Amino acid sequence: MDLTCTPEEEEFRARLREWLAKVLPTLSAKPSPDDWPARRVYDLGWQRMLYDAGYADVHWDASPTTRLIFLEETEKAGAPYVGANFVGLLHAGPTIAAEGTAEQRERWLPPVLRGDEVWCQGFSEPDAGSDLAALRTRAWRDGDDYVVSGSKIWTSHAEVADWCELLVRTDPAAPKHRGISWLAMPMDAPGITVRPLRTLAGSAEFAEVFLDEVRVPVGNRVGDENDGWRVTMVTLSFERGTAFVGEVVACRRVLGELAQEARRNGRWDDSVLRRRLGRLNAEFRALWRLTQWNVSEAEASGGVPGVGGSVFKLRYSHARQELYDAAAEVLGVESLDLERPWVLDRLSSLSYTIAAGTSQIQQNIVAERILGLPKGR
Amino acid sequence: MRFQLTDDQRALRAAVRDVVGRASSAGAWGLVAPRGGAADVHSPAPLKAPRIDRGFWRALGDLGVFSLRLAEVDGGAGLGLPEAVLVFEELGWALVPGPLVATHLAAGVVPGAATGEVVVAAADGSLVEWLDEADVVLPGAEGAVALRSVDPLTPLHRVPAPARIDPVAVLLTAAEQLGTAVRVGELAVQHARTREQFGQPIGAFQAVKHLCAQALVRVEVARAAVYAAAVTADPVDIAAARLLADEAAVRGARDCLQVHGGMGFTWESEVHLHLKRAWVRARRAGGNTESEELLAADLVAGVA
Ligand SMILES: Cc1cc2nc3c(=O)[nH]c(=O)nc-3n(C[C@H](O)[C@H](O)[C@H](O)COP(=O)(O)OP(=O)(O)OC[C@H]3O[C@@H](n4cnc5c(N)ncnc54)[C@H](O)[C@@H]3O)c2cc1C
Repeated sequence: MDLTCTPEEEEFRARLREWLAKVLPTLSAKPSPDDWPARRVYDLGWQRMLYDAGYADVHWDASPTTRLIFLEETEKAGAPYVGANFVGLLHAGPTIAAEGTAEQRERWLPPVLRGDEVWCQGFSEPDAGSDLAALRTRAWRDGDDYVVSGSKIWTSHAEVADWCELLVRTDPAAPKHRGISWLAMPMDAPGITVRPLRTLAGSAEFAEVFLDEVRVPVGNRVGDENDGWRVTMVTLSFERGTAFVGEVVACRRVLGELAQEARRNGRWDDSVLRRRLGRLNAEFRALWRLTQWNVSEAEASGGVPGVGGSVFKLRYSHARQELYDAAAEVLGVESLDLERPWVLDRLSSLSYTIAAGTSQIQQNIVAERILGLPKGR
Repeated sequence: MRFQLTDDQRALRAAVRDVVGRASSAGAWGLVAPRGGAADVHSPAPLKAPRIDRGFWRALGDLGVFSLRLAEVDGGAGLGLPEAVLVFEELGWALVPGPLVATHLAAGVVPGAATGEVVVAAADGSLVEWLDEADVVLPGAEGAVALRSVDPLTPLHRVPAPARIDPVAVLLTAAEQLGTAVRVGELAVQHARTREQFGQPIGAFQAVKHLCAQALVRVEVARAAVYAAAVTADPVDIAAARLLADEAAVRGARDCLQVHGGMGFTWESEVHLHLKRAWVRARRAGGNTESEELLAADLVAGVA
C-alpha cells in the first residue's frame, strides 16, 4: 500500500499548479446561476482554455491517478467546475469513446474536448425514473432516419445543449430491457420543445423535453439497434464511478471554512457542534481515501469503472447533506437567508440522493451485484 | 500511487486468517456449550470467567502477531504499521480474545511479549482489559476496580487516572473494529441468503437488502480510512480511521443482529459477542470524544 505519486505524476501536478496560478486570475466573474447563455459561454470558455493548454482530454486519456491529481488541483485552486459540459465530458464522451465507431468518435469527441458543443442526457421520462428500462419514447425506422416521439424529463442543461444522449424504444414487442437503443440527437432538430423546470433552489437547472416526430439519422445510433441497455450501463458506470470525485476536495475546503466561521461567531464553543464538525472531518478524509483506493484499483484493473461507484455515491451523497446541515447549525437563523453562503448549496445537496440513481436504487445495486443477494419480486 | 495490497500483504493476511480462523470456528472460544440435546435449552451452560489459552497465545507469537514490527536483529519481522493493521483486522474478524494490542505494543519492551510467552495488559484510557490474567500490566493499575464486563470474553477493570493515549493503539483497535465489521457483514449476508420467510430468502426483501448494503458501504469507507492511516501514521488520519471503524463495527453488529431476528438475540448465536467486543473497543483511548475533538482541532489548526 502506497499513497505517494510517481515523479511523472508529481511533475504533472507541479505543471498544472503553475498553469492554474497563471490563468485563474484572468477569468471573468462567474455568471449568475439563472443566466444560462452566459453560463454556457463561461463553462465552454474554461474548457477551451484547458484544451489549448493540453488538459482537455485528461478525463479520457490520462491514467486514473493523473485524473485524480487534475481534479484535486483544479478544485484546490478554485478553478471553474465542468458545468454545462458535464454530460459531454464525463459520460456521453466516454461512452462514445468506448462504444462508438471510428466515424462517430471523429464526429462527436473533438467538439466536446474543444468546448464547442454541449450535451445533455435524455434518459428519464415522467413514468420511467428509477425504472429507467420502462421508458416509452418511441423510435420508428423511416428510410435512413429514426422518427422519435415521446417526452423526457429532468434533463439537465437541455436549454443550452447541442446534443442529447437519448434512450428510445425501438422494439416495443421485446422484453423491456431488450428493445432500447442509444441515439445522439441534435437538439436543433425540428419537433423538439424544451420547457425549463425550476428547481427547489430557484434556478432552471433542468427541463422537460417534448419530442414530436423528430428525425434522427440511423447513423447516430451508438451500439446495435435494441442493444441500448448495455450501452446505457456503460454510461451509468461512468456517471457513478467518476462524477463526484472532485467535489470531495471542495467539501473538505467548505468544512475548514465552516470551522473558521464557527470560531468567528462563537458557535465553536459548543462542544456538540464542534465534535459534529470533527466527525465530518473524519467522514470526508475517509471519502478521499476511498477515492484513492478506488482509483488505484481502477489503475490496477484498467477499463470501465465497476459498481464500486455505487458504494461511493451512497456514502458521499449522504455526507454532503450532513455537511450543509452542519453549516446551517453554524449559521443559526442566518441559514434562512438565501444571500448567505452555503444556503443554496444546502438546497442543491438535496438532489444528491436522487439524481443519477436514488439511494434506494444504489442500495439494491450494491446488495444484488456486489453481495449477491436475490432479486426481489 | 498504489493504494492496494501488495502480494506479500495478501499472503500475510491469508496466513493469519488460516490460523485464527480455524481457532475461532472451533466454537466461539469455548463460550458456547456443545449441544447435547433438548435439556440444554432449559439449563444453559453456566458462564465461566474467561481465561487466556496460553498455548494459543504462543501460537500467535509464533505467527509473528506480537513481534511483527520489531527489527529482524531483535527477532521481529521488520514489518510496518500497514502489515500490523492487516493482522489485527484478522484478529478482529475471528473475535480473538486477549490483550492483543497491549502485548503487541510491549514487544521489545517486556521480555517474552514478542514470542507470546508473556501476556501484557495495559491501562488504556480509564480501562484495563485482562488485568487478572496478565503477567505484566503497563504502566500499572493502582486502584483498579473490577467491572462486571458486558463482554463475556473481555474481563474489565476501571482505573482512576486516564492513561496517556498511544496513537498506534488507537490504530490497531480501529483495525480490529474493521475486522469485526467485515465479519458481521458476512454473517448478515449469509443469513439473508439462506433464511426463508414468505416463501423466499429474506435477502430478497429490500428492507433486509438495504441493511446489508449499508453495512458494506460502512466497511469500504472504514477500510480505506484505516489502511490510509496505517500508511501515513498521522494522528489525525488515525482519529478519523477510529471513528469510521467504530461506526462500521458497532452499527454493523447491530444490523447483523437485526437480520438474524430472534436467533440474533440468543446466546448461542455469535452475533452478540461481536457487538459486545465492538462496544468495549469503542471505549478504548478516550472513546469517540477524544478523536472528534482532535479532528475538530485539526480543522482550525494553522488558522490564527
Ligand atoms: C437535479 C437533478 C438532475 C437530473 N438530471 C437528469 C438528466 O440530466 N437526465 C436524466 O435523464 N435524468 C435526470 N434526472 C432524473 C433522475 O435520474 C431521476 O430523478 C431519478 O432516477 C429518480 O427517478 P424519479 O424522479 O422518477 O423518482 P421515482 O423513480 O418515482 O422514485 C420516487 C421514490 O421511490 C423510490 N423508489 C422507486 N423505485 C424503487 C425501488 N425499486 N425500490 C425502492 N425504492 C424505490 C425512489 O428511491 C424514490 O425515493 C435528474 C434528477 C435531478 C434531481
